[in-house]
Amino acid sequence: MNTARLNNRGLNRYGIWDWALTALMLAICFITLYPVWYTIVLSFNESADTLMGGVYWWPRKFSLKSYQTVFLDKSITRAFGVTILRTLIGTVTNVLFTAMVSYAFSKKRLWGRRVYLALGTVTMFFNGGLIPYFIMIKNIGLYDTFWVYIIPALFNFWNLIIFMSFFREIPASVEESATIDGANDMRIFVQIILPLSMPVLATIALFTGVYHWNDYFSGVIYINNPDLQPIQTFLYRIVASASASRTVVSLPAGISGQQVNSQSVKLATMVVTTAPIVMIYPFLQRYFVKGVMVGSVKG
Amino acid sequence: MALSGVLWMLVFNYAPMFGVLTAFKKNYRITEPLFSLAFFRSTWASSAGFQHFLAFFRDPEFLNILTNTLGISLLKLAISFPLPIVFALLLNEVRSARFKKYIQTISYLPHFLSWVVLGGILSTWLADTGFLNEVLIAFGILKEGKTWLAFSQYFWWIVVLSDVWKELGWSAIIYLAAIAGIDQELYEAARVDGAGRFRQIISITLPSIRGTVSILFILAVGSLLNSNFDQIFVLWNPLNSSRSTVIDIYTYNVAMKSLRFSYAAAIGLFKSVFAFMLLFIANQVTKRLNGVSLF
Repeated sequence: MNTARLNNRGLNRYGIWDWALTALMLAICFITLYPVWYTIVLSFNESADTLMGGVYWWPRKFSLKSYQTVFLDKSITRAFGVTILRTLIGTVTNVLFTAMVSYAFSKKRLWGRRVYLALGTVTMFFNGGLIPYFIMIKNIGLYDTFWVYIIPALFNFWNLIIFMSFFREIPASVEESATIDGANDMRIFVQIILPLSMPVLATIALFTGVYHWNDYFSGVIYINNPDLQPIQTFLYRIVASASASRTVVSLPAGISGQQVNSQSVKLATMVVTTAPIVMIYPFLQRYFVKGVMVGSVKG
Repeated sequence: MALSGVLWMLVFNYAPMFGVLTAFKKNYRITEPLFSLAFFRSTWASSAGFQHFLAFFRDPEFLNILTNTLGISLLKLAISFPLPIVFALLLNEVRSARFKKYIQTISYLPHFLSWVVLGGILSTWLADTGFLNEVLIAFGILKEGKTWLAFSQYFWWIVVLSDVWKELGWSAIIYLAAIAGIDQELYEAARVDGAGRFRQIISITLPSIRGTVSILFILAVGSLLNSNFDQIFVLWNPLNSSRSTVIDIYTYNVAMKSLRFSYAAAIGLFKSVFAFMLLFIANQVTKRLNGVSLF
C-alpha cells in the first residue's frame, strides 16, 4: 500500500541512497537468518566432523544420527508430548475463557463492571512477585502437576482488552435479534459472538500458543517430576550446563545417547522445537500485527 | 461468566499480593499454609517487620546486584530502545512494497525463537571452538578461542546484542503502524516546500510518532528493574555471575537454593515499589515535556 505513496513523494530515480538502503536491509536479513541456518546445518552434520570446524554453509558429512536420537529417546519424545499437550489444551482453554470473560465484561449492564475492570487494571501495574506467586502455587496444590501449565495461564488481562475492543465493534442489533428469539447470554456468545470473532481469536491463539510452546521457566520452578517437563525445560537444562563448560555437554540423566555427541543432539532438538512455529507464523502475520497494535494502543 | 474471571484474578493476582506479607515474617517456611491462623501467629520479622529489607540494603551483594540490573537495563535503553525506531524509519523508505514485506517477515523470525533456543545458539557460537572464535582466529584477531560466556566482562554486551537480534523487527511493528497512519498530504506539502527525503523524516515522520515513542519510553523506564529474567536466567552461569546476577536472579537463588523465602519476598517487594516509582517519575517527566502520559 505504500508503494503508491512513496512513488508520489517525487523520488523517481533509484539513487545512491536507495542502493545503500537495499544493501543495509539485505545485511540485516542475512544477520537475522544466518545463525538459524548455521544451527540447521550443524544439526545435519556428523558430530565428530563438526568439531573439526569449518562447516559454514552446508553439511560436510551429512548425518541424521542426532535426529534419530531426538525422535527415539524416550525422555525427549515424552517432553515433546508434554509441550504439545500443554500448547493444545492451554491455548484452547485460555482463548475460550478469556473471550468469555471479556464478553461479560463488555456488557454495560453487568453488575459491578467498573470494579472488575479496576481490579484488572491494577494487575497490569502490580503483582505479588515471583516468590509470593510460587508460595501461592504451592498452597493451592498445583505444584508438580500438569495443571500448573494450564490454570495459571487461563486468563490474561491484556488479552481481555484486545477482546473487548473487538466486541465493541460488533453491532448491537446482531445480539438484539437473538435476544428476541429467546437465546440466553451463553448461547449468544457461543453461537453468534465466537463465530464473528475469528480474527481476534486467531491473534490471541497465536500469542498464547507461542507462550506455551516456548515457556521453559514454569517447568523449572513449578515442576519436580522429570516426566512432566516440557521440551523447552529439557533443552534449558542442556543449554545451562553447556554455557560455561567446554564444548562437550553433559546430558540430563536418563538419556541414552551413547555415541552421539550431545552437542548435536542439542542442536537437533533446537531445530525440531522451533520448526513448527517458524513454519506457521508467516501465515498469521496479518493477525499478530493487528494484535500488537490494538494491544498497545488501548493498553 | 464474569464472576469466573474475577475469581481467577483474586486467586492468581490478588492472593500473591496478599502473599507479600511473607516478606514481613521472621522466616516463612514453604509448608506453612498462607490462609490460616497459624500464618498470622508465627513470628513476625523484627525492626517493625522491616528486618529483611534492612538486611538487603546491608547485603554485601546489594550494590553489585543493583549495578548489574540497572547497567543491563540502561544499556538496553540506550541501544535496544532506539534501534527499532531507526529500523522502522529505514524500512519505510524502502521503495518496493514486496521487498519490504519480505524483510518484515524475516525480521519477525527471531521473536518466535524461545530464549532457550537462542541460548543454545549463543552457547554454540560463543563456545571455545565456536563460530565467533573460528572467525576471529581466521582474521588473526585472536590467537586461541575462548568460552565467551565464561567471562563476566562480556556478559552485558552479550545480553544487549542478543536482545537486539531477537526483538529488532518485532519491536518495530508498532512504529511502522504509527508511520502508516501519518497523513500523506503532510509529505506532499513538505515536498512543495522543497524538503528532501531526509528532511521529511526529521520534520514529519519523527514528530508524528512522538506519542508512540513516549508511551513506550515510559513503559521501558517502568521496567528498568526487570532486565528480562527469561533471557538472563538462560545465559547465567557461576563463572559470569559477578556481572550477570540481577535482582530477579538473586531473588530466585535466595528462595530456591537457600530457601530463605521471607528474605526473597522482601527483595521482590522492594523491586516492585522501586519500579512503580520509576514508572511514575517517567510518566510525569514525559507529561511535562511532551504532553503524553500513561495515566
